[in-house]
Amino acid sequence: MKYAYYPGCAGKGATPELHQSTMKVLDGLGIEVEELRAFNCCGAGVITEADPDLAYTLNARTLATAEVMGLNIMTVCGTCQGVLGGINKKLQKDKALRDRINEKLKASTGLSYQGKVKVKHLQWILVKDFGLDALKKFITNPLTDVSIAPFYGCYILRPEASTGFDDWENPQSLEKLIKTVGAYPVEYDDRTKCCGFPVFLENEDISTGMVEKRVGSAKKAGGDAMVTPCPLCHMGLDIKQDNAEKIHREKEGPSQNLNMPILHLPQLIGLGMGFSPESLGMKHHLVPTAPLIQKIN
Amino acid sequence: MRITVTIQRFNPETDVKTHPVDYCIEAGRETTVLLALIKIKEEIDGTLSFRASCRAAICGSDLMMINGIQKLACKTSIFEELDHHGKIVIGPMANMSVIKDLVVDMDPFWKKIRAVTPYVVSQNTDQPTPTEPLKNIQEALQNADACIMCGACLSACNSFEVSSDFLGPAALAKAYRFQVDPRDEIRRERLDALQGNNGIWDCVRCVYCVQVCPKDVEPMEQIVRLRKRSIESGFTQSIGAKHITEFEKVVGEEGRLNETRLPLLMTWGNLGKMIQMIPLGIKMLLHGKSPNPFAKPPEGHEAVREIFKGRKK
Repeated sequence: MKYAYYPGCAGKGATPELHQSTMKVLDGLGIEVEELRAFNCCGAGVITEADPDLAYTLNARTLATAEVMGLNIMTVCGTCQGVLGGINKKLQKDKALRDRINEKLKASTGLSYQGKVKVKHLQWILVKDFGLDALKKFITNPLTDVSIAPFYGCYILRPEASTGFDDWENPQSLEKLIKTVGAYPVEYDDRTKCCGFPVFLENEDISTGMVEKRVGSAKKAGGDAMVTPCPLCHMGLDIKQDNAEKIHREKEGPSQNLNMPILHLPQLIGLGMGFSPESLGMKHHLVPTAPLIQKIN
Repeated sequence: MRITVTIQRFNPETDVKTHPVDYCIEAGRETTVLLALIKIKEEIDGTLSFRASCRAAICGSDLMMINGIQKLACKTSIFEELDHHGKIVIGPMANMSVIKDLVVDMDPFWKKIRAVTPYVVSQNTDQPTPTEPLKNIQEALQNADACIMCGACLSACNSFEVSSDFLGPAALAKAYRFQVDPRDEIRRERLDALQGNNGIWDCVRCVYCVQVCPKDVEPMEQIVRLRKRSIESGFTQSIGAKHITEFEKVVGEEGRLNETRLPLLMTWGNLGKMIQMIPLGIKMLLHGKSPNPFAKPPEGHEAVREIFKGRKK
């Protein structure tokens, strides 16, 4: 089992703990990866808005590079998965589109993409390729008595036509992973909704309002922490939580707080495997993870 | 086969909030959710209220929550829902105020549609025959004209959920429809009106509207087209527009996104916003979450620059 690992801009930028915990967990599980060191941004859907062909060409470069390596791609970001995986499906299905994009790609980089690569998020790899039974054998520190609220975010689920792993109406893969590490998956309404990060600067009220709703709803349902397969959701829910805290107190009363640690998926798996919070990069979180770690130990 | 249908009931004269009621009915392969509701109303409880008219997914009246998702009752098979979810739970459209049972107040929806001037505005009384200028419009419309005004997209819209003044997917898709109509004479004014708060830049691109629309209007894609058109028409100063243009700039130069540089570029010149970002910027810096905005571009940026150059040719 070997993959071309696409770390994504966030993993190499504002969420270094995602890259760190991914490497730690993959190493522990014996999943071999070759990192795409010279990777480029998937465009996060933003470049697709302005210039679809440009976004296709950028992602075709990533796909063609993995194709030369003879490997399928592993992503660790819900947004990268949605964009890179979605564009891959379009390029695979539509030969005329592929030919047009290959012409541009070849002229600028000498590469061309034949459509042979699969793009899979770590979440899907753990559930399907590696398998939950195999994963269970590595869980030496089961997180019993801990309730974890799964937060899928948008692009790992929608549009269904370009993702197609989980049932978007009722996804279960995060729940299965939470159970595999020995924790209890919290049931709540907001798990498939937007974290608010995309309008972080455009509209503070919407962005923070969403953080308050998602985290508040996970809290109400009894979550000790939330887990997400998307670093942009992590940023939204973690770094904006103190702003959301103010709205939450106005709504629910002055004694109510959120204080909800937000975990990246590999951090949750890593805790179950008995790795230390330090080795999973938790010092980078803005919302302290100490209360959760205390509950685990 | 006998099945149980759970309906969220609410009578404003007797109930404080909605409450679930179970009904046992006989259903077959051909039974839709709407047929089940009609059966319940006719055979078990005549006080059940819901909207329905054409029974053929054309009028858009019977949109409701079916197992938590916005669906047309007349287009949804009871058996398929049972296979999929193992239960049938029906409720009124989310994020709308309930009048009674499955009937919600659609006024906010219609207000938003009216707000985008949903008709052609033209002073020209000397129009050629209507079919002539519209010959080639179908491709430009991108299915935006297929909307049946059922309200599914607005009910599912994540931005509307937290910001009730947001124009929302249906109205913005309608706005796009008139943006490409060659007879319309206020297309620039229309775009201008969508730039501020509650307009096109408040969409979070959660894809819910695309997923729930029963007519494949893909409202979010129409909003994306309005954004592209806005930038091309010179509306480039909003933070939303800069999100796109500066994002492209950073990736074009560095091959990747730099999360410190992008917000600086997006808010450059907007002193209020920049000051507002300082506390968070400091916290991120202290937690090792701020990439160096002056670092050398990472490996691979040369190839990306070539791709960007190729685009401009």
